[in-house]
Amino acid sequence: MKKLSSLNSKIKKKSLGLVLAAMTSAVLAVGCGGSSPDAGEVVVYNWGEYMDPDSIALFEEETGIKVIYDEFETNEIMYPKIESGASSYDVVCPSDYMIQKMIENDLLQELDFEQLPNAKANIGTQYWEQSKEFDPEGKYAVPYCWGTVGILYNKTMVDGPVDSWSILWDEKYADSILMQDSVRDAFMVSLKLNGFSVNSMNEDELQLAKESLIAQKPLVQAYVIDQVRDKMIGNEAALGVIYSGEAIYTQRENPDLEYVIPKEGTNVWIDSWVITKDAQNVENALKFIDFMCRPDIALKNFEYITYSTPNDAARELIEDEDIRNSPIAFPDLDAYQGLETFSYLGDEGDELYNTLWKEIKSQ
Amino acid sequence: MNVLKNSLQKIYISLIFLFLYAPIVTLIVLSFNDSRTRAKWGGVTFRWYGALFQNEDIMQALFNTLSIALISALVATVIGTIACIAVMRMNRTGRAVVLGITNIPMLNAEIVTGISLMLLFISLGLRFGYGTILLSHITFNIPYVILSVMPKMRQLNPSTYEAARDLGAGPVSGFFKVVMPDLLPGVLSGFLMAFTMSLDDFIITHFTKGAGVDTLSTKIYTEVRKGIKPEMYALSTIIFVTVLLLLVLVNRTPAHKAQKLSEGEA
Repeated sequence: MKKLSSLNSKIKKKSLGLVLAAMTSAVLAVGCGGSSPDAGEVVVYNWGEYMDPDSIALFEEETGIKVIYDEFETNEIMYPKIESGASSYDVVCPSDYMIQKMIENDLLQELDFEQLPNAKANIGTQYWEQSKEFDPEGKYAVPYCWGTVGILYNKTMVDGPVDSWSILWDEKYADSILMQDSVRDAFMVSLKLNGFSVNSMNEDELQLAKESLIAQKPLVQAYVIDQVRDKMIGNEAALGVIYSGEAIYTQRENPDLEYVIPKEGTNVWIDSWVITKDAQNVENALKFIDFMCRPDIALKNFEYITYSTPNDAARELIEDEDIRNSPIAFPDLDAYQGLETFSYLGDEGDELYNTLWKEIKSQ
Repeated sequence: MNVLKNSLQKIYISLIFLFLYAPIVTLIVLSFNDSRTRAKWGGVTFRWYGALFQNEDIMQALFNTLSIALISALVATVIGTIACIAVMRMNRTGRAVVLGITNIPMLNAEIVTGISLMLLFISLGLRFGYGTILLSHITFNIPYVILSVMPKMRQLNPSTYEAARDLGAGPVSGFFKVVMPDLLPGVLSGFLMAFTMSLDDFIITHFTKGAGVDTLSTKIYTEVRKGIKPEMYALSTIIFVTVLLLLVLVNRTPAHKAQKLSEGEA
């Protein structure tokens, strides 16, 4: 019996040793994977499919800086990653209202514009102006892509010209209307229809907007996000709310489609480069941002993602005249009324919108 | 009556198969579509399969997925099996407590595991990347290994190991020669379970991954805004066919063996 129990304890010791060995080797593996932060690297966090891979390769080739490139799918998924500090991202590309939220929560640092000559020279004045809605002093963000939200309609299925959000409430098109399945975008349509600001925090206005959305609900075929594109190309719906960047692509696939910015006005969104507060490679981050503002690179990216570029010099380089002067890709912002950019409404605002949205969806 | 029953049975089973496989068939068909959008049929093409192997990002993500699944399953199998040996030597309460604790991560929502691992790694000051994904996959794989090894462990006859020791085997060779062969089916199924769990995990990977490291699931998810690329359909098709072939192989082999055995006996 004694012999046996000593055996047992031997086995115990052995297995403990093995477990420890396994654990240490696992930890070592982590150490190896993570060490050596090279002097020459920059960590970029961008939307998925939001840049021509060639431009990253070119940047690495010309500067010798290694780009660690990572992608996110929504602003809301990106935010906690930056806030928790889990990964040390240097450059991020959030949208307007999210940038404001990040500024308010002290997650961004001011940019040294002396080191961004291309950005200063090439980005059009109107975009800097528009950016002031979320970055009032223009210290934090360099515009990368922008666009409008409008109505995409199928000319063969809709009669008469479309020029107002109210057509989305027309019973003639019941069951062939596609709405965006996101709180702010859906409310934007309804707020604009009722003549209010897209950043409204007025309870009465929001209640009215809610009523309109509820009234519209029976007519809506589906609340979707990226399926608007495929459904419209496939003639599965007559009208859809869509981002202007997708409109060019859908028209290429289906010439019957037409995009319009309604007369009541709409949301002008801007995705911009920012540098995080605790960025490790600020110099390289600035170089990266400035490189993306170089006309040839901005053009390359525009051609790859088809979202409008705020880079005037790059726009001049577009060979296809139809696209260079396309009212979809480059609308004359002064010609429209009621264009607004989303601003961050605070936790209270988020909650209010979400509560109302839930009431609509549960109807 | 019988005919009716039979045909009803057939209809029922084909409905089940239809619901199970219609989505996968759609995906496979779309992977041959010569158009970027699902809404238009542009003719049959193999170009997505070509483009797939040209795409370094996807290939890197595939490599990460497979290597993480393999390594984490191996390490978890070793740790889990050793844990089972230890648990067997405990008294009744100790065993119940330890098994209870190892069961919690399995029943727990994945998002809780993911976020707590992320917070743990942050407080340890680890740099997020391949290593942290691997560590977390090992962590959530261990309970699955224990779950499948433990029943085999209970069936063991403790006398066989003692007999081996009496006949002069050392503790290690005694374990590998006598105990291990009995455990092997449980260890293997534990390994396979851990491998598949790691392969299709999204949530935990999402929270513990670092900049620039992607597995297939996180890679596909980032493409949501601009639409999933047909290359991904092609890759999913290849994976599906591979798994199907593997399954067919695995299911055929024992039959062959059994046949051979019975032939030998005869």
